[in-house]
Amino acid sequence: MDFLTLLQVLDTSVRLATPLLLACLAGLYSERSGVVDIGLEGKMLAAAFFSAAVAFYSGNAWVGLLAGVGASVALAVIHGLASVTFRGNQLISGVAINFLAAGMTVLVAQSWFRQGGRTPPLEGDARFNPIELPFAIGPSDATAADRPLSQLIAEAGPLQQFYSELISGHSSLVYLALLTVPATWWLLFRTRFGLRLRAVGENPAAVDTAGVSVVWLRYAAVLLCGVLCGVAGAYLSSALQAGFVKDMTAGRGFIALAALIFAKWRPVYALWACLLFGLFQALELRPDIIENVIGLKVQVQLLGALPYILTVVILAGFVGKAIPPKASAEPYIKER
Amino acid sequence: MSLMHKFLGAAAAAALSAGAALAEPALIFDLGGKFDKSFNEAAFGGATRWAEETGNTFREIELQSEAQREQALRRFAEAGANPIVMTGFAFGNVLSEVAPDYPDTKFAIIDMVVDAPNVRSVVFNEHEGSYLVGMMAAQASKSGTVGFIGGMDIPLIRKFACGYVQGVKAVNPDATVIQNMTGTTPAAWNDPVKGSELTKAQIAQGADVVYAAAGGTGVGVLQTAADEGILSVGVDSNQNHLHSGKVLTSMMKRVDNAVYEAMTAGVDLETGFNVMGVANGGIDYAMDEHNASLVSADMKASVDGAKEKIASGELAVHDYMSDNTCPVE
Repeated sequence: MDFLTLLQVLDTSVRLATPLLLACLAGLYSERSGVVDIGLEGKMLAAAFFSAAVAFYSGNAWVGLLAGVGASVALAVIHGLASVTFRGNQLISGVAINFLAAGMTVLVAQSWFRQGGRTPPLEGDARFNPIELPFAIGPSDATAADRPLSQLIAEAGPLQQFYSELISGHSSLVYLALLTVPATWWLLFRTRFGLRLRAVGENPAAVDTAGVSVVWLRYAAVLLCGVLCGVAGAYLSSALQAGFVKDMTAGRGFIALAALIFAKWRPVYALWACLLFGLFQALELRPDIIENVIGLKVQVQLLGALPYILTVVILAGFVGKAIPPKASAEPYIKER
Repeated sequence: MSLMHKFLGAAAAAALSAGAALAEPALIFDLGGKFDKSFNEAAFGGATRWAEETGNTFREIELQSEAQREQALRRFAEAGANPIVMTGFAFGNVLSEVAPDYPDTKFAIIDMVVDAPNVRSVVFNEHEGSYLVGMMAAQASKSGTVGFIGGMDIPLIRKFACGYVQGVKAVNPDATVIQNMTGTTPAAWNDPVKGSELTKAQIAQGADVVYAAAGGTGVGVLQTAADEGILSVGVDSNQNHLHSGKVLTSMMKRVDNAVYEAMTAGVDLETGFNVMGVANGGIDYAMDEHNASLVSADMKASVDGAKEKIASGELAVHDYMSDNTCPVE
């Protein structure tokens, strides 16, 4: 395998890891505050639809993103109501949100666009187009030289290849997602809000005793979760794809949950876990590379299953222990 | 009292005969969904054409899960729908159980063979159409590498792949065909993101024409091919218009004709085994204003030549499903 092929695989990994990372950090906020959220998938799906639909009408991907975030936050509020205010079962609320999103997106899409639960293809500014960083070889150079982009990159030096293929040429949401990691770390571990948020997931009674509202902290966490899921969904439908197709999240919300456990509920670990899972997904697409490198024909399905297998291994406690926040999935009942 | 009985009896008989006279055909869509721009949509198109021409109505249901197959079939059969048309190989097992319970109802299944006296099994020679578009892809390719992206890894999709490879090799024996399947579960029909990334991976390996036989996943394949400036080949319905000037052609499976014929025949539907291929117009490749500039006269002539040979039986394309092997890679 040559250097350029390696870069191509890593490039794919980054693209595929981005929705996982955003959803994983979304889950991290929620679960760190003691609200388990298996509705990541549903929130992403709803956001994917509404961002594509509004981007189509407005012709602006950023307006679409806002609509997607709005839809996701609306579902997050439902989850918050069910699990914080009414102290319901958080797993059931999450499942309900997944079902709601799966059905609602197709229904609304059908009534708006009459294209069978999909949006019309997005064009131009309705999509998040790849950003060409300064000095990188991008599509504009290819047009100027009237040659395919892949040829230009293949002729460049290794450093330029690394820069142009892997670092440059992603949509703005990818860079935004990467910035969210240090931002989350800072918010959770360096601010008063973060300390309280973590405390409310471990021992809500102590937080309550200190005179801080458990309910509002948890709502804040659930809303942050909604915002990030919204960005993840918008990335799927208006950056990776040019429109919404039914069930297009295809289980990514659940892989993000697996990544969250794999990362032991820590933001920086979450980045590595999602990049690793993204790499598995990228390798799944290139069976030829695996065959060349290890000399064996590997079933690609095995790579697709690896994230789940690794999560089970971690949960079983073979490789370090993954301990969830103590008050996870427990509604807080104030003593009278 | 007896008079009352007679009245009731007459009313019931009238209701029953009215029901029989109004026997509506029913159409059941597979999990890909009614508007997959592909297989199911073609079926819907055929049913709509029938409804518009006759002014009659038909019943329909889009399945949401595997568990609904039997339920949907039985519900339509009990409601008196006749004939009941279903799209998709996955109905095979269920139909062979349900059909004997409703001997007076006619069923038509597309893409699968079910041996029962009241079932019409319609199968398509997809390998023949895939052969034709394979020939065209090989001629349009400059790099000598073309790609195939399948949906769920099932024998039917391998049949597409095998016919395609044979067509490519017939034009250029040295050509490389990169083959990928999206997955092994029904989710593989609706994962355009993975379809896109598979296309990018194939482009990285040198492919400059990709053929997608992947339902909704194909939307992502065609999109990425258009974005990256390579050609794609659509499937089942005519998908040339999706990206005008960037889709080389589409392998058309005239599911619409099959559904239309079944509904036109109505309760007199002829049962048994029915093969639709190049010879009887059941399989074709798409030419329209969207791809006219991409297909040269030479290309069209050679493909039409092969089409005639297949129709006359002079050229036999190997069918993967006949022995579950493919002579070429």
